[in-house]
Amino acid sequence: MSEAKREIRVATGDQAILPEGTQLVPIYIMGKQYQVPETMTIQKAVEFAGYQFIRSCGCRGGICGACPTIYRVAGDYHLHFCLACQTVVQKDMYLTQMPFFPANRAAYEIEEVDASAETIMKLYPEVMKCVACNTCTKSCPMDIEVMEYVNAAMRGDIAKAARLSFDCIQCGLCSSRCPAQIQHFHLAQLCRRVHAKYQVPQAEHLKPRVAAINDGRFVDMLKDLVGDSEETLRELYVARESEPQKSEGWQPEDKQFL
Amino acid sequence: MGYTPEMLDLIKKVEASRPERLERSKKGLDFEPLTLSGREEVLNKFHPDYKADGRRDVKVGPSKGENYPDRFADVLESKARLLVSGAELDKLTEYETDVLVIGGGGAGTAAALMAQEQGCKVILATKLRHGDANTVMAEGGIQGATQEVDSPYYHYLDVIGGGHFTNTPELVAALTNDAPLVIEWLERLGLMFDKDPDGRLRVRHGGGTCRKRMHSSGDMTGSAIMRVLRDESRNRSADINVLEFSSAVEILKDSQGRAAGALFYNMETEEYFVIKAKSTVMATGGYGRLHIQGFATTNHYGATADGLVMGYRAGVPLAFMHSTQYHPTGVAFPEQNIGLLITEKVRGLGANLLNIDAEQFVFEREPRDVESACIIRECMERGNGIVTATGRVGVWLDSPMIEVLEGPGAVKRELPAKHIQFMRYGIDISKVPMLVYPTLHYQNGGLTIADDSATNVPGLFAAGETTGGVHGENRLMGNSLLDITVFGRRAGTNAATYAKSYDGEVGDVNMDHVDAYHKEMAEAGVDTDRVAPLVLPNYTREEIMEKQLTTNYQGGLRA
Repeated sequence: MSEAKREIRVATGDQAILPEGTQLVPIYIMGKQYQVPETMTIQKAVEFAGYQFIRSCGCRGGICGACPTIYRVAGDYHLHFCLACQTVVQKDMYLTQMPFFPANRAAYEIEEVDASAETIMKLYPEVMKCVACNTCTKSCPMDIEVMEYVNAAMRGDIAKAARLSFDCIQCGLCSSRCPAQIQHFHLAQLCRRVHAKYQVPQAEHLKPRVAAINDGRFVDMLKDLVGDSEETLRELYVARESEPQKSEGWQPEDKQFL
Repeated sequence: MGYTPEMLDLIKKVEASRPERLERSKKGLDFEPLTLSGREEVLNKFHPDYKADGRRDVKVGPSKGENYPDRFADVLESKARLLVSGAELDKLTEYETDVLVIGGGGAGTAAALMAQEQGCKVILATKLRHGDANTVMAEGGIQGATQEVDSPYYHYLDVIGGGHFTNTPELVAALTNDAPLVIEWLERLGLMFDKDPDGRLRVRHGGGTCRKRMHSSGDMTGSAIMRVLRDESRNRSADINVLEFSSAVEILKDSQGRAAGALFYNMETEEYFVIKAKSTVMATGGYGRLHIQGFATTNHYGATADGLVMGYRAGVPLAFMHSTQYHPTGVAFPEQNIGLLITEKVRGLGANLLNIDAEQFVFEREPRDVESACIIRECMERGNGIVTATGRVGVWLDSPMIEVLEGPGAVKRELPAKHIQFMRYGIDISKVPMLVYPTLHYQNGGLTIADDSATNVPGLFAAGETTGGVHGENRLMGNSLLDITVFGRRAGTNAATYAKSYDGEVGDVNMDHVDAYHKEMAEAGVDTDRVAPLVLPNYTREEIMEKQLTTNYQGGLRA
């Protein structure tokens, strides 16, 4: 048995594994002090303190937007914005979580709108009130240039707004801070959808494939495979021609099943 | 923060062997893939599914006698949260609808959209927020034979070969046939697919594919899909009523034994309420938060097998629940990100897997279970893993190679979310490799369905990770986002058809099947205080629970 194997501790789910000598530090959850390990994320520290999350906890991996968190550290006036699942605690941090923030979403017919400044003005007229304070950008836990995309949308540069807002997890921190009361994340979603639908060229090669499927072109081929024995399937599987990693201009020899 | 000095020393070896590996990669010289028999050998010896301990035969229900991991058998051999009479259920009834969708992830939302398009009133109820689901965490892509050199035929072969020829054939046919339709549907709804300037969908290989058919939206494909589907459902809020923080705890049946809605628990007010429906779609996702075999998991907070428990008690047999997918590349460092997924796209883009001596030991595009087993072997049997200060072990995933193969800036462009996630801990994955180890990722099995998403219980449909058979004993990358959209759509459409042919309104509902299940447990000698569905995992420390002198836990929830 190797040295490495003996040292391995089995991970049991999400229970924290604390390295030897881990220090506890005080944090203040909604003003109340708890001592938590200094290496933990805020999310796991809140659980360590004894809370069970109903709200403010989703994917636990920085992509769902359930755990936006606001904190200050004692002695420093700056406000900080983060995701609890992605941020390690700090000594003397005062934190609160924001599981929800009101933001009205404008309903629209995706088939009937277009990718224009007019669409934006009609659905989210408040964007024109942007005072360019950049507070939204400063509050974004995904480091998105929020004000830049709002300004792009305002100018009708929907493509830029879509691109810049792509990483948005819709946590709502931006909208919670905006003095102009803009509802950024809904606006961004609108931009991404109309950009993809009306500005990016559609996949022309997909249309004949969809038509072929709707005509039932593959029904019998698939029916044959469904009926094949494991032995036959193994043979077919091993005999598949594999498209190479660098595949420009590549064509399979067998084209009868295309 | 960032890597320790000891780890940085080991990374120097990775940097030293990189030029030669890049040369080989540019020439198309990959590490030799395993043969079919080679795959089987490494699986048998090293894959957690093949271990005999930590499992038992389940004693009750429609799949009685099947051998499951203990933690899953425990939730099947549990009591209901609540068992009440039909008269009580009548008093608790708050909503009536055509189609009830349980679960607010990608499958449930796709089902809701399709049922609405058929003219049905829909309620979508979910125990956390709409979109709190594994869907948002899927990074790598969605498969579909959209290219001219590919077809559903080859997609079928890849899926069934990847699943070790165990998959339910009709489900594979449905999956692969509908795949291009789903891609087209998503494009039409305004999903930002990665495309060439002329609109051609960009495609890549994934583990076990013979043609490039992995479509992506950055490295947030699942999140992008969820955002679009959710946004569209909100456009249709006149017909699709979304109830958040409403956890289904039991399927209800009518006097003819048809599924006729469900009993719910309001997570915040702790009230129970009933939704009556002419048909019901179960789309509750998987069981990663049961931490099968003690593994860390990539899954979201709510992945506690609730739908499996409810469906099983209602009489739906399970398929493939002996099989769990461990994603080969979960984060092993830093500890704060432990278990989180690193998309297969990293390997698709050309990053090597390396041991402590910076040597390759596995072909990077084996099917997931084989890749995982090879990493476990390298660490556990050969002792060639890198051990961290917190006692985790892993191997290197050499992401900086992508900067050379795809051009400078490629890591940030192709893997934006992952780049940010590691930068938070002072690790720039365009410059240094990541440390990875297999993590509990996906429930291969689930409720048994036919290719129209119907279960054996009339009026009950199911879609997505809560079902079993599509992927057999192993799922390929890019087929889960496909599964939830293909079968979500099928479930929604067929549940709507069922609802429309329902004679009159839903009458009295009952929990007789739950009562019968309790009796079966008693007869089988299962004497337990356990309660399921768990609803949430319980991460309370023992030191705290010891002092919670008046607190009860029902499943994972405090009550």
